[in-house]
Amino acid sequence: MIKGEHISKSFEGRTVLNDISVEFETGKTNLIIGRSGSGKTVLLKTLVGLHSPDTGRILYDDVCYTELGFNERKAIRKDIGMIFQGGALLDSSTVVENVKLPLDLFTEQSEEEKLERVNFCLRRVQLENADHLYPSELSGGMIKRVAIARAIVLNPRYLFCDEPNSGLDPQTSVVIDNLIQDITCEYNITTIINTHDMNSVMEIGEKIVYIHEGKKWWEGSKDDILLSENKELNDFVFASAMAKRAKQLIVK
Amino acid sequence: MGKVFSIPEKPGIYGRRIMYEMEALGFNSIGLTAIISIFIGAVITLQMAINLESPFIPKYLIGYATRETMILEFSSTVVALILAGKVGSNIASEIGTMRITEQIDALEIMGVNSASYLILPKIVATVLFFPLLTLLSILIGTIGGYIIAAATDIMIPAQYIEGLFYCFRTYSIVYSLIKMAVFAFIITSVSAFCGYYAKGNSLEVGKSSTRAVVASSIAIMLFNLILTQLLLT
Repeated sequence: MIKGEHISKSFEGRTVLNDISVEFETGKTNLIIGRSGSGKTVLLKTLVGLHSPDTGRILYDDVCYTELGFNERKAIRKDIGMIFQGGALLDSSTVVENVKLPLDLFTEQSEEEKLERVNFCLRRVQLENADHLYPSELSGGMIKRVAIARAIVLNPRYLFCDEPNSGLDPQTSVVIDNLIQDITCEYNITTIINTHDMNSVMEIGEKIVYIHEGKKWWEGSKDDILLSENKELNDFVFASAMAKRAKQLIVK
Repeated sequence: MGKVFSIPEKPGIYGRRIMYEMEALGFNSIGLTAIISIFIGAVITLQMAINLESPFIPKYLIGYATRETMILEFSSTVVALILAGKVGSNIASEIGTMRITEQIDALEIMGVNSASYLILPKIVATVLFFPLLTLLSILIGTIGGYIIAAATDIMIPAQYIEGLFYCFRTYSIVYSLIKMAVFAFIITSVSAFCGYYAKGNSLEVGKSSTRAVVASSIAIMLFNLILTQLLLT
């Protein structure tokens, strides 16, 4: 479980997060949604520790992350996997080297054991026969899969995903969404996904937090969204004419 | 800087990265260093021959002057300036791109000391390898002078060789190597700093790359003066 309490964050006098309190449950796919510029990426990066909150605190299973020292944070970071928007694979390393890096750095396993684990993770994300390729030789979907494999190679307890579907076609998006959801259930991970892809919301949104102008505006599940009368949420989720018609039909 | 020089958790990985960086930053600079050195050595010999055209000046001094110029200034300072352009811009743009594409954030999330992991191997590799480039430059530069002496009638090659060994001081080589080691540290650390703190988009990476070359070139000139004062006077 990851909990944020009264988190505020400003950049150069501009408030980006305003007193956000939120709880993300273990074993569920928790989604942060919101318009571009609403502060969802800042919230995710604050939760993961890449930004320090101006006020408030962050708890990882009741351990206050924001009050920890450098070495203690480092220990928690080994339990964190993160999938970045662009994959963030190391350009100078092959697929195998990218996935193996956390094992090289933080385990005492033999080379054989490491390769076995890497191959298992690559098979888990349905990416085989790409071991020797460099990130520049991979498609967008393959990059995301390698990023997922790297994120899960150390068996993390917390998984953060920053717009895992951006730039992907709808079919590949569903594959990636389902993969993240399967991994979350399989390993009982606390997963937080930052997205503005409504297909993802409706596909895997077990818990959804809607951020609007730096504030937590609404929270619920994908089923709650359909019946919600929150204007800002409806304007965001059902923005297109087709989505509006679908909502009206459901309400009727 | 403190983060860069913190004790690595896995020295073996750093060892592999140092070897990789030695190849990428050092070994791959041999061609450029060799080409520039051979031509500069030849040009210095030619210019010395033209400017020392006097019956009172022995011809072997052309070889001597070529050697001294190569050892004292060209093979350390000028080669360092050239490497600041080639290697410095490479380091700044590589690390800058890693910053804006969140690769550095990804390392931090993994619990890796990104500054140490990315920068320390580059510093160690260049500080160890660049002095070898200086030795290579001295050797090839003097060969360039010999070739031009042999190919033209400005002097007899034997006189050039005599000049190369005239009043030879090993300390000059040591001085040149020390300078290059310091310049290597400057080039790598300044360029890595510019890249590591790059923000924004590819335009900013380009700017950080330019800043890296300008700043390290100025620092090289400044430290050239300081080191010469400290080591030669």
